[in-house]
Amino acid sequence: MPFRWNPELTMQDITPEEYFLERRRFIKQAALVGAGAVLGLNPLTALGGESQDDTATPYEKATHYNNFYELGTGKDEPAANADKLLISPWSVIIDGAVTRPGKVSLEELLKPHAIEERVYRLRCVETWSMVIPWQGFPLRDLLRRFDPQGNAKYVAFETLLDPQHLPGQTRKILDWPYREGLRMDEAMHPLTIIATGMYGRSLPNQNGAPLRLVVPWKYGFKSIKSIIRITLTEQQPVTSWNQMAPEEYGFYANVNPLVPHPRWDQESERRIGEFRRRPTLIFNGYGDHVAGLYAHMDLSRNF
Amino acid sequence: MIAASRFLFVVGLLPLAWLTYAAWQDLLGANPIERAIRFCGDWALWWLLLTLSVRPLRRVPGLTELIRVRRMLGLFSFFYATLHVMGYVALDRYFDWESTVRDLLKHPYITVGALSFLLLLPLAITSTHGYMKRLGRYWGRLHRLVYISAAFAVVHYWLMVKADHLQPALHGVVLTMLLVWRIPAWKITMRNKTPPF
Ligand code: HEM
Repeated sequence: MPFRWNPELTMQDITPEEYFLERRRFIKQAALVGAGAVLGLNPLTALGGESQDDTATPYEKATHYNNFYELGTGKDEPAANADKLLISPWSVIIDGAVTRPGKVSLEELLKPHAIEERVYRLRCVETWSMVIPWQGFPLRDLLRRFDPQGNAKYVAFETLLDPQHLPGQTRKILDWPYREGLRMDEAMHPLTIIATGMYGRSLPNQNGAPLRLVVPWKYGFKSIKSIIRITLTEQQPVTSWNQMAPEEYGFYANVNPLVPHPRWDQESERRIGEFRRRPTLIFNGYGDHVAGLYAHMDLSRNF
Repeated sequence: MIAASRFLFVVGLLPLAWLTYAAWQDLLGANPIERAIRFCGDWALWWLLLTLSVRPLRRVPGLTELIRVRRMLGLFSFFYATLHVMGYVALDRYFDWESTVRDLLKHPYITVGALSFLLLLPLAITSTHGYMKRLGRYWGRLHRLVYISAAFAVVHYWLMVKADHLQPALHGVVLTMLLVWRIPAWKITMRNKTPPF
């Protein structure tokens, strides 16, 4: 059955007035809670429930609060160091279990694909979240061009390795280059995209220019940035965070409020720009589309 | 000295003044709550390390009088630690005590942070002249807990970090140097069984 993407969230969600109102409400609530803390009261009970809408995160915030350790481990460092990521010329190697492996320039790689918009929730394992309007195309359309072979069970991705320019790679914070991977059915899922832009502009370097993966039902670290290599493999590939702390970061890393992390409970999240935490949804709210992929798996063990 | 301690009092409030201003002017970035909590945690630890530096710095000619502001340094650490913890309870847990207790028991970095704070509490309470007199030689022994509290604070920081341990490690190095400095004095104290103060 062909899959039709139904844009639950659209760009119309963003208006400057809304940012402004959000901000005023935020300050008011913070002041109230501050006063309440002093008096030993809980003013939140009077403020009503959490908001449940999916307003797009302001561009400024989505581009200045990033985890991209190659450009620094502080949240604002990737934006400050953005120019240290050299993105032209750029090419991508596609190899492994494909009939037509090769190295393609960025232009060649993008040429046949029609760019579409996908407004997705992005949930970080650190319990914050955003809503981002991406521009890109399904990963499966790209993979099919190279003709995956029957023994291709996984897709492995690699970020640029350039310690001469990327300040984060001068120290062994992770085992560089950053690597991520998906099972073949996850990679071929229509929700999985390669993004080349956001908010109608080209992808900022700190958000993973010139092309990155976006898998909206998994924690953000799965959505690898600045990809230079895609390899189809038979074995489950080594992935960076899983390699560094396997008991904390699983290979699947599906957003799941029921599977706690040793450092953070995953039951709730702070939507960037909002004051209160909101409950985290299983599969980040994309369960209708993706739960079937894991029907026979124990999600608390394969987290 | 009175002028110096008045000056220090104002300096100690500057981080809070900046935080208040920055919160109002939206200078705290995309996640202001996280930023504010961390900011207070940083200052709690920095004032604590400064408090512990008074001893070695006192040896420097001209700085012997620093001992008179040590209490204030320590109390500023407690002040920012209290803001840090209140920020966490109010703006991260939203006064949800059940989730706070669960967090405390389940997540080692929170447990260790709470231990650090718990140890600061009696020190802040007994920091007055009255208690110093009343406790006599036990006052010094009690206040040696400050080193353990600082160690817990550094471990708390270390456990909180995901991968890049540079910052907590640097704080750990400073604390270790301050501890090593005290070892000869403690050895003497142990031998003589006299109070360390
Ligand atoms: C009940 C006690 C405490 C609780 C619940 C607590 C909680 C927290 C939380 C939630 C964070 C931020 C985690 C994040 O943003 O992901 C944090 C960070 C931190 N805390 Fe605490 N804390 C406690 C006590 C203390 C004490 C007593 C100190 C210092 C004397 C301290 C120093 C720090 C430092 C230095 C950081 C890291 C700041 C940074 O990343 O720059 N904490 N703590």
